[in-house]
Amino acid sequence: MTDDHLSNTEPEAAFQERVDNEIKIEPKDWMPEGYRRNLIRQISQHAHSEVIGMQPEGNWITRAPTLKRKMILLAKVQDEAGHGLYLYSAAETLGVTREDMIGALHEGHAKYASIFNYPTLTWADVGVIGWLVDSAAIVNQISLQRTSYGPYSRAMIRICKEESFHQRQGFEILMPLASGSLEQKAMAQDAMNRWWWPTLMMFGPHDSESVHGAKSMQWKIKRKSNDELRQDFIDQTVPQAEYLGLAIPDPDLKWNEERGHYDFGEIDWDEFRTVVSGNGLCNRERLERHSRAHREGEWVREAMRACEEKKRTA
Amino acid sequence: MIPARVEERTSPGRDGVPPSRGAGRLPSQAALAEFVLALGDDSLVLGQRLSEWCGRAPFLEEDIAIANVALDYLGRAEKFYRYVSELGGGRRSVDEIAFLRDSRAYRNLLIFELPVGDFARTMARQLMVDAFHLPYFRRLSRSTNARIAAIAAKAVKESRYHLKRSRDWVLRLGDGTEESHAKIQSAFDALWGYCPEMFAMAGDEMALLDSGVAVDRSAMKTDWESEMKDVLSEATLTTPGNEWAISGGRDGVHTEHHGYLLAEMQFMQRAYPGLDW
Amino acid sequence: MKLPLYEVFVRSKRGLDHKHVGSLHAKDGAQALKFARDCYTRRGEGLSIWVVRSSDIVASQEEDAASFFDPSDDKPYRHATFYRIPPEVKNL
Repeated sequence: MTDDHLSNTEPEAAFQERVDNEIKIEPKDWMPEGYRRNLIRQISQHAHSEVIGMQPEGNWITRAPTLKRKMILLAKVQDEAGHGLYLYSAAETLGVTREDMIGALHEGHAKYASIFNYPTLTWADVGVIGWLVDSAAIVNQISLQRTSYGPYSRAMIRICKEESFHQRQGFEILMPLASGSLEQKAMAQDAMNRWWWPTLMMFGPHDSESVHGAKSMQWKIKRKSNDELRQDFIDQTVPQAEYLGLAIPDPDLKWNEERGHYDFGEIDWDEFRTVVSGNGLCNRERLERHSRAHREGEWVREAMRACEEKKRTA
Repeated sequence: MIPARVEERTSPGRDGVPPSRGAGRLPSQAALAEFVLALGDDSLVLGQRLSEWCGRAPFLEEDIAIANVALDYLGRAEKFYRYVSELGGGRRSVDEIAFLRDSRAYRNLLIFELPVGDFARTMARQLMVDAFHLPYFRRLSRSTNARIAAIAAKAVKESRYHLKRSRDWVLRLGDGTEESHAKIQSAFDALWGYCPEMFAMAGDEMALLDSGVAVDRSAMKTDWESEMKDVLSEATLTTPGNEWAISGGRDGVHTEHHGYLLAEMQFMQRAYPGLDW
Repeated sequence: MKLPLYEVFVRSKRGLDHKHVGSLHAKDGAQALKFARDCYTRRGEGLSIWVVRSSDIVASQEEDAASFFDPSDDKPYRHATFYRIPPEVKNL
């Protein structure tokens, strides 16, 4: 087998060579401890984001305006739970348990995407999340399909396939609003105004300030930098906003012929830090609600375990 | 089928108090709309309740599974309402039927509208309604009305799976820990008296019985009771006695929870009337 | 043959899932793995093999298929094609 010669060399060099040659790393392969830790951090953070991300949209399932929208939204939020499940499973191949990861989330050691700390105030927010937030997530996830860790990459491929309906349903929610009554247009524009900048923040700090960035790129856990992904997102989204007739709340946004990209204004990094450090409008409620549901489910999980135990000893 | 005299009132009162339905025989076309509407309301109200679990279930796998059940119910509601809409000549859309009636005009049985409560409460209700729905829709799938038969045939497949799930959960919770046993037992005790309403024949159903459009619910009660008894005893639970029974849903007389359910569900249609979403 | 049956799964390339390729009889897992190598990867088909005792596999039943799978075929909204996006809107 071709693996034999690898064991004769320095394992870390062999590992890096594999990564450099676009050969996927699989669960039982040797890997540097830092790679494992970095992956656990990123995949679990990604999983938590899917699961916490159920809350802002889930907030509107019982109030969706039509039966069709209700079914779509429930199916969509259900998909997010599924994505959380795939990602927790991918992380579990690295030797952590789901219970550990959820514990770390509740104790505040693990993060999730800060975007979900903003409230969904109107129905238009549901459309804007599907369109903007999911588009931003997809830009990131498409690049992650090529991540170096096999189980993570496979989870991403599956997730991207399922996500394809999410952003389209979001855009489709906004179409009748954008061409609807004055109230509906105002509702859509207001949602745009509130979600645009937080969406840009989803890609994280500038490359020059990113803590995990360089190592993640070297190990090909991440495939594109924060700034590259943010630019990709803006370039594809501006024409969509124009189609809807929604103004993007950035006076500095304009097409730069020379660069072949849109220029845009500076993100309010103070706001970013405030929300990341736990002081956004909904941070406390999101965590509290997740940990309450988990706590309230404990007796059910306990009953399942007791039942299995009885079966085993019977 | 006997050609029906098409009455102007093929749809129930909009926001007002519906005419009394218990007494007398309705002309069959009107009865048909009432009958299908009631089945739609049962589905919508339970679908709405189950969707409240999204993001709150005891663990992720169950969160996904319970959303699937909710989607089955919402899908059923959509099919029944579409038929009601067509029976009324399209004067009211599916969403007008679903969202623009007040509590008195909803015909769902009370058991469907009760709050989800804890997981035991939810699963006890599921077992009771699933064990009813499976044989009910199986019979209804042989309805002489092809449209109803087709919706029912689809529902049979869904309910067969729902029942497997709820049965399994009741067994686990009953035979799990002391705490889970106590919780599921008290759930059955609290819900039991809402079940007889599932077997009561409303006026519209009586009117549709001879033509084979509707089926006789009351004939299903004995089998249901013995099935419940079997499952509950396997789950080491006590089957509650028949000391009490509450009904009213088919006549639009609901629990006080119903108004809040509607207030939440109808918010958008009420706050922004007449718009497309 | 009295030996238990094992199901064999082979990963043909890093990054791909293990795929079911067939089954064989062996006395235990370790032996099943060796036989799997000889029986199923003679032409360089594999980079990794999993074996699972057939009796440990819990499978859905054919007679359940209608209630297991049909309920998902009237939910077209789960598919991207359900949503009509004007052709001039790109990247959605």
